[in-house]
Amino acid sequence: MSERHKMTPLVLLMLVALPLPLGAIVTAGASSSEDQGELTLSADSTSTPFYWWSKWHAPALLAVVIVCFYLARNTPRGARVEARWLVPTLLAGAALPFVLLAEGVELGAGVWVFLLGLVALFWHELDLLGRYQGRGRHLLVPGLFGLGIVYLWQVVVQGFEVPEVLLPPPTGIAFVFVHQLGVLWDDFAQTVLKSVIRGYIMGCASGLAVAIMADRIPFLARGMLPFGNLVSALPIVGIAPIMVMWFGFDWQSKAAVVVVMTFFPMLINTLAGLQASERIQLDLMRSYGAGYWRTLVMLRLPNALPFIFNALKINSTLSLIGAIVAEFFGTPIVGMGFRISTEVARMDLGVVWATIVVAALTGSLAYGGLALIERSVTAWHPSYRRR
Amino acid sequence: MNRAVPIAAVAVFFLVLWYAGAVALNAPEIIDLWTRNGTPWTTSDLVQAAWNMDRAVLPTPHQIVADLYHTIFDYPIIDVRNRNLLYHVGITASSTVVGFAIGLVVGVALAVGIVHMRTLESSIMPWVIMSQTIPILAIAPMVVVILGNMGFTGVFPKAMISAYLSFFPITIGLVKGLRSADPLALDLMRTYSATPAQLFWRLRLPTAMPFLFTSLKVAVAISLVGAIVAELPTGGVAGLGARLLTGSYYGQTVQIWSALVAAAVLSLILVGGVGLAQRIVVGRSGGPA
Repeated sequence: MSERHKMTPLVLLMLVALPLPLGAIVTAGASSSEDQGELTLSADSTSTPFYWWSKWHAPALLAVVIVCFYLARNTPRGARVEARWLVPTLLAGAALPFVLLAEGVELGAGVWVFLLGLVALFWHELDLLGRYQGRGRHLLVPGLFGLGIVYLWQVVVQGFEVPEVLLPPPTGIAFVFVHQLGVLWDDFAQTVLKSVIRGYIMGCASGLAVAIMADRIPFLARGMLPFGNLVSALPIVGIAPIMVMWFGFDWQSKAAVVVVMTFFPMLINTLAGLQASERIQLDLMRSYGAGYWRTLVMLRLPNALPFIFNALKINSTLSLIGAIVAEFFGTPIVGMGFRISTEVARMDLGVVWATIVVAALTGSLAYGGLALIERSVTAWHPSYRRR
Repeated sequence: MNRAVPIAAVAVFFLVLWYAGAVALNAPEIIDLWTRNGTPWTTSDLVQAAWNMDRAVLPTPHQIVADLYHTIFDYPIIDVRNRNLLYHVGITASSTVVGFAIGLVVGVALAVGIVHMRTLESSIMPWVIMSQTIPILAIAPMVVVILGNMGFTGVFPKAMISAYLSFFPITIGLVKGLRSADPLALDLMRTYSATPAQLFWRLRLPTAMPFLFTSLKVAVAISLVGAIVAELPTGGVAGLGARLLTGSYYGQTVQIWSALVAAAVLSLILVGGVGLAQRIVVGRSGGPA
């Protein structure tokens, strides 16, 4: 337990960074002070130039980093303790660029090298956590990884002063998200609640129904399956303009696109799933004197459930895409696709990114929710057995 | 032979449905026009007109075929006004292939990393899955505009969308494939004291080939979808997506349909190409083709 895990020598970059200029000298009120609207980290109003070590915050943070790092590597106990000591190291290191920015210092090469070292250290921490965390590991490690990405995004955008029209910082997106909640909700209601959900239900239900029908009439199945496979290779979103022309600008046209997009995955998967029952199970049902429908409901549909859920999960993403793309071709003045296309034209990327966050959250929640339901409904399936 | 009959039956059924639908959808407009002009008409006149209507609500297959023939053979490929359909197909195909290639490199790199580094697996795998729940197609126009602002124009921004869409099936399929080596074969390699590199090249990669090619087919189809959608915001300059957009702006339904047919044919060619590559690669490595 107490052996040391090797860590990449890249971590030493943090020490190498120290002799390099951490921050350039900047006179107060210079460019770095008011680049981020809501995030204004205003510099002090002193008019004398100062160095990054002029105030105690940054050196104190550096001291914390070095001391905690030393403690983490040199306490004679196991990886758990090391992981714990690395937490303040990482936090202090992560805070450093922001403190420097807040003091009105422009970030120098040293900070970026330091951050590289910090990333290496973060990786090491993830490695440790991945090894020694018991249960929460499945959520903790990827969660931290995501946080790290968001952090880097923020630092890079602020440090290099990327213009907002190219890439707004995460805090800027969060700000827009909170302040435009009403607009975002209206878009969500129009796109997801009206178009996607109705189209999704209709498409999946009709796919399921046609699959059962095709299964009953093998002639139909043999004729349909090649077409189903063919269509799955086609760019179906292309029908969006046609549907808009047929069904008008409101949600009906979007729902129609969603119906067509979700129909074929459901058809193909259900047909495959209905074949999944074993000969011996079917024979058993026959020996019980069960008819076609009874066999279907009690044996074959349950056996097809993993396939059906697969289609449901694929369709949850597809339907969102279909509805949003269809809104590019014409929509009432509300909806996520409309919002994205108009705000891109106005170069107001904060709103666009906030809409993307909504879409991503919706997609992930739908996928995750379906996965949870699948897990509880098909818990008997071999793929969930513990190995 | 017994497969051809049902397929043909379904195909004929769809065709009949299509022509009937064309009459049903196009007729009201024609009747409206004729009653306003006071033209006398019979049912067969109506059917004739509905099947050959300009800017029909639903154009008929023979109109689409005629338009395809017209736009492919009646203009030179290098045309001032880009009227040749093959030119647009070429534009879309190029960004599809470039994006697919990028997606292939990224997807393979990720898969190899995930299989060999445990930290990478536990930290990045959930994000790979989550990345696909984000409707990237929805933000494709924005990505194209942003990259355009940064000075990247032409094939590259569209290829990025295709790459983002196509790396996912490749990574998932290849991870599964690289892990599906037979434990007995792995043990055998160990008794030969094979190095990790030898293990990878001689055992894991050949085992993964069928998985890889199955996902490559999905990836190339989805890559085409990405390229088409990415062409929507370019303002209708070139590419099949632009054809769709201009067609919908000017009500040229036949143009939309022929662009769709062209996209479908292109998709089939690309998927067929991957299938051919599969047969060659798997055949050469001695597996069942």
